[in-house]
Amino acid sequence: MHEARPQLKTQHPDEADGEVLVALRGPARAERLKDIRAAVGEAALRCGCAEEVAQDIVLAVDEACQNVIRHAYGGAPGGEMIVQVRRTGDGMEVSLTDFAETVDPATIKPRSLDDVRPGGLGTHFINQIMDEVQYLVPPGGRGNQLRMVKRIA
Amino acid sequence: MNHEVTEEGKAIVVALEGDVDLSSSPDARKILLECVRKGRPVIVDMAGVSYIDSSGVASLVESLQGARKAGCEFALAAISEPALRVLHLARLDTVFTIHESREAALAELG
Repeated sequence: MHEARPQLKTQHPDEADGEVLVALRGPARAERLKDIRAAVGEAALRCGCAEEVAQDIVLAVDEACQNVIRHAYGGAPGGEMIVQVRRTGDGMEVSLTDFAETVDPATIKPRSLDDVRPGGLGTHFINQIMDEVQYLVPPGGRGNQLRMVKRIA
Repeated sequence: MNHEVTEEGKAIVVALEGDVDLSSSPDARKILLECVRKGRPVIVDMAGVSYIDSSGVASLVESLQGARKAGCEFALAAISEPALRVLHLARLDTVFTIHESREAALAELG
């Protein structure tokens, strides 16, 4: 299976036009993930994804949100995150923004799957499912923005 | 996530149902590890699992390792299509012993 390599960039891609299907801003908390999954799954289907692909995208976005909750904010309450899904010309783009300390993308690495142990799978899922994965600094200069693209054949 | 633990023959069957996600996987982990510590074969019936994420998968991996340490069998059964997909993405579908149905698992381990 094709596996996207995370691209490390500090500049934003051009903001292309595209219909915004999901824009959710709220606390970075585990209890919100179910609603985020439902919204992202519905958006993926509206973009024309097959059911199985939509399920994969839901998993990738959920794992990205978990990384924000568990790692960017370190489990501390009060942090916010924004999930946005846009329809693009050839698929969909998901951006996930947080306002935690900016994380060095070089430290975000999937672990080897040959080593069977609990944990560390989330980033692997994201890279395996999405076609493009970019770690950016949000326009305000603080926090983190993960941009994920899924092309739909 | 809902769960049901039943004893069938020698085996303990843990049926998980619903979403095994960041909110519920700590419960799944606790339930599974408690069963594994009894030293009897453990079968996880996953027919009702509508969603599982990396934290849920981690609970299964930790339970498998706990079972190996305790010297008891640990198997997954009747895995729903969405859950099987995630295990496949994690390349763990060959690490776990997987049975088509709860009955098939019990025929071997019960």
